[in-house]
Amino acid sequence: MNEMVITREQREARLEGMGCKRKRVEDIRFTQGKGQYVDDIKLPGMLHGDFVRSQYAHARIKRIDASRALALPGVIAVITAEELKPLGLHWMPTLAGDVQAVLADGKVCFQNQEIAFVVAENRYVVDDALQLVEVEYEELPVLVDPFTAMDPDAPVLRPDLDGKTVGAHGPRKHHNHIFEWTIGDKAATDEAFNSAEVTIKELISYHRTHPSPLETCQCLASFDKVKGELTLYGTFQAPHVIRTVASLLSKIPEHKIHVIAPDIGGGFGNKVGAYSGYICAIVASIVTGLPVKWVEDRMENLSTTSFARDYHMTTEIAATKDGKVTGLRVHVLADHGAFDACADPSKWPAGFMNIVTGSYDFPVAHLAVDGVYTNKAPGGVAYRCSFRVTEAAYCIERAMDVLAQKLGMDPADLRMKNFIRREQFPYQSALGWEYDSGDYHLAMQKAMDAIGYRELRAEQKARQDAFRRGETREIMGIGVTFFTEIVGAGPSKNCDILGVAMFDSAEIRIHPTGSIIARMGSKSQGQGHETTWAQIIATELGIPADDIMIEEGNTDTAPYGLGTYGSRSTPVAGAAIAMAARKIKNKAQMIAAHLLEVSEYDLEWDIDGFRVKGNPERSKTMKEIAWAAYNAPPPGLEPGLEAVNYYDPPNMTYPFGAYFCVMDIDVDTGVARIRRFYALDDCGTRINPMIIEGQVHGGLTEAFAIAMGQEIKYDEMGNVQGASFMDFFLPTAVETPHWETDHTVTPSPHHPIGAKGVGESPNVGGVPCFSNAVNDAFGFLGSTHIQMPHDAWRVWEAAKRLGLHQ
Amino acid sequence: MIPGQFVYHRPSSVAEAVGLLASLGEEARPLAGGHSLIPMMKLRMASPEHLVDLGGLADLKGVREEAGSIVIGATTTQAELIKSDLLANRLPIIRETALLIADPQIRTKGTIGGNVANGDPGNDMPGVMQCLAADYVLTSPAGERVVAARDFYQGAYFTALEAGELLTALRVPVPPAGHGFAYEKLKRKVGDYATAAAAVILTMNGGTVATCSIALTNVAPTPLFAEAASRLVVGTSLDAATVKAAAEAAKAIADPATDGRGTAEYRREMAGVMVARALAKAESRAKGT
Repeated sequence: MNEMVITREQREARLEGMGCKRKRVEDIRFTQGKGQYVDDIKLPGMLHGDFVRSQYAHARIKRIDASRALALPGVIAVITAEELKPLGLHWMPTLAGDVQAVLADGKVCFQNQEIAFVVAENRYVVDDALQLVEVEYEELPVLVDPFTAMDPDAPVLRPDLDGKTVGAHGPRKHHNHIFEWTIGDKAATDEAFNSAEVTIKELISYHRTHPSPLETCQCLASFDKVKGELTLYGTFQAPHVIRTVASLLSKIPEHKIHVIAPDIGGGFGNKVGAYSGYICAIVASIVTGLPVKWVEDRMENLSTTSFARDYHMTTEIAATKDGKVTGLRVHVLADHGAFDACADPSKWPAGFMNIVTGSYDFPVAHLAVDGVYTNKAPGGVAYRCSFRVTEAAYCIERAMDVLAQKLGMDPADLRMKNFIRREQFPYQSALGWEYDSGDYHLAMQKAMDAIGYRELRAEQKARQDAFRRGETREIMGIGVTFFTEIVGAGPSKNCDILGVAMFDSAEIRIHPTGSIIARMGSKSQGQGHETTWAQIIATELGIPADDIMIEEGNTDTAPYGLGTYGSRSTPVAGAAIAMAARKIKNKAQMIAAHLLEVSEYDLEWDIDGFRVKGNPERSKTMKEIAWAAYNAPPPGLEPGLEAVNYYDPPNMTYPFGAYFCVMDIDVDTGVARIRRFYALDDCGTRINPMIIEGQVHGGLTEAFAIAMGQEIKYDEMGNVQGASFMDFFLPTAVETPHWETDHTVTPSPHHPIGAKGVGESPNVGGVPCFSNAVNDAFGFLGSTHIQMPHDAWRVWEAAKRLGLHQ
Repeated sequence: MIPGQFVYHRPSSVAEAVGLLASLGEEARPLAGGHSLIPMMKLRMASPEHLVDLGGLADLKGVREEAGSIVIGATTTQAELIKSDLLANRLPIIRETALLIADPQIRTKGTIGGNVANGDPGNDMPGVMQCLAADYVLTSPAGERVVAARDFYQGAYFTALEAGELLTALRVPVPPAGHGFAYEKLKRKVGDYATAAAAVILTMNGGTVATCSIALTNVAPTPLFAEAASRLVVGTSLDAATVKAAAEAAKAIADPATDGRGTAEYRREMAGVMVARALAKAESRAKGT
């Protein structure tokens, strides 16, 4: 009988470890409609709750009369701020150091703000009862425009802060001022501008939008009065943090709170913070002793839970005549809405906006951010980006194009001239970051070659001439972007949430037969952790990924972690997984040495086990070692084979990329057609190229949406406009461009497997690339900057301003 | 997003349906595809006490030719319009328009009767029916009456339809073989209502326009038959100046609102652009080029 000899390649391939385009294991249930989401969970006796919401953006509440609602059969309770007051739960702390009304306490500060929580036996009765709660308002002057927020006569939005001259992040300059955050050397920067040969200045606004995950925010609270235990199912990107917050607020001991995040239908930052719905469902369950479910509808999601962006960035660059940048000065007016509910690490009120120097070697820079209140919904979350990194990337990438235009330089050449050079890494930026690694010139050149950049510029020139001659009504734009992200929050020295350091964790347990269960403090919302985490373990421990089960989201079983957002899972939890695996591997080596009767120093790792150096026939596979760990451990060594690691990253990681967009614009309708979009990403070591490609496609699609029309808009009365998918732009497959993806690999020097994170890069790089393409199309006609979003009517207006409709 | 309580009726004949609608009065609404009514009910912008489901009325379905007209039953779905060979041959503008309505899932449920009877200025078929000079057959317990599409629309959601009346069929005169047609619709994305749209039917005699009919969608509280613009192009060779004049005439009757699709000014301008483009496409089709 022929003995099957398995080659080393076959042994490696069957692990489906790092680098393998392994199919997503979670898709087996998702594609069959067998995912288990919060709204799929039905508990016996479950009640339903929903909110009476404010019809006004700013008003005093004179009276709430719930008597007609309470008289409706099936209605159990109507909770208002008055009911929450005795529990001290009518206000809650925000992650940004502010407080937010759980239910309106005497006044409302934004349209659709939560006023009362109606609890009833079924969802139909809840909605019937909502119509019956009478609220009497006294309208107040509305503040919508952030640029007038600090006018002397601006209405007072937050009387609860009366007399509070110092906020969580320092002095407040005005009753609608939240914080001022500054960083950088102001004097040196001012000097660079005073002596500059060339300067540019532009107000670059990044409009308000919304993460809009397909599954809205929801929870199901179930309080067991006998045991005094609370089980909370919810759409939580950070379930452990939610448990800690729930314990601190409710005074229920943390070990008696079980937070479970089941399958989540997208988060994009929307599901990081705590919402009134969670508090009210918990209170209602404690009061009634029955499970209470709260599920947002689409309009509630778009108009109340956590918007993103709304940064107005006055941006200046100083440079030499031949295009070397010498200074960057940015002032941001940040519209936070009625409460500062940004989900940033506690010490970072403007997130990591100080990555605004981008990929360029600015000798000096200064950044100041003023946060203000307006009569809009709270939020300011990182929508598919690390904290405020999309805003920073948009700011610098748009400004570099404005500078190139002023200098008469090609925007790609200007970037090449100012890139941080490979030999400068690790690089200390003027605004305080240490960039870990990069090879920007290599990536940019590869991208320019791939897209045929010089040929495109020649074509564009010919088309501009044809347009001037009246032979075409189309103009062509080429968007150039080179972004540097900062992800993996974060090192405990500068990152915490409510005092909890932003580490992450992994626990790996090998069973006697060599299969594995592993649990993490992260929580997938579609990122594919069940697939990719198993691949890291497979490579580290030589166990096939198919024999590894990944479990996340249950705070009773998973080790404490800070959750998944800001592309932090691979940089932090991914590192914890590798480190936990290496602990196991060390012990496995001792067991193998014992079994092979050699010193552990005589062993070397070989794909899926240890072999004796110089005598490869003598070896033990990981599966054999696992069996021995439970049956014949070496004397003195404790049985079993498992490990936990809590990973505190030494630094952030800095993924980067070069993106190019080719666009044709019909000046008569303003409709832009994307001809090509090419995205080169460097996320360091690539764990699963197929998942990376999927992440890039998804992020680019969201970037396309944001740049080309997705917006949360308010009228002058503070009425939120278009908070439904009829108006809020979610592109379908028909509108979505074709994506060309590419990569370079510059491993992170400080990460155990060299990975940097990728999920958010395409949004960070994509938005400026689309916007630069639109602006580039109009540049030859004298336009310097057109504000986003670039939906057809606004592009048409830009064309009109330039006199193109004569 | 949860509707209020209502009583559900499923009549088995048109007579029974109109009897129910007449006796229940203003508190009753007919239910066809439900893609306008049910979202309104979920938003509690409509709270009818009675829904009269037309789904059981086989008489209201189908497309047939009858004495120089095409008769389309009111509950014929958009998907069925798209599949109809008769329409593809005789009234290709209907197929072209139906393909621009919503998305395939909605077209499987949404009906032409609902689309034209609801009075929503965003709907596409009302303008096309005005362009085609179609008639609507309205049935009540008292019998049938016929109202021209061009006379049917009174304001947003206000039509000539009276309480107790049901729109049961559309009668569309068949334009001559070889006619040119186009429905040009500018929209933000699949599923969206028009920012502006224009329907054109024309016939050519040699190089000259013999007949022409132009109508506009979603640039006023009702669809608009652009009579002056239509008349302007007859007898011309559709030269640039004529097309521009027709576009201007169409813009002159447009009265759009500012909304998420753009400012009123933009939407009015787009009505002109759509007319110009629809004329060009219809001309090219009439010439077989």
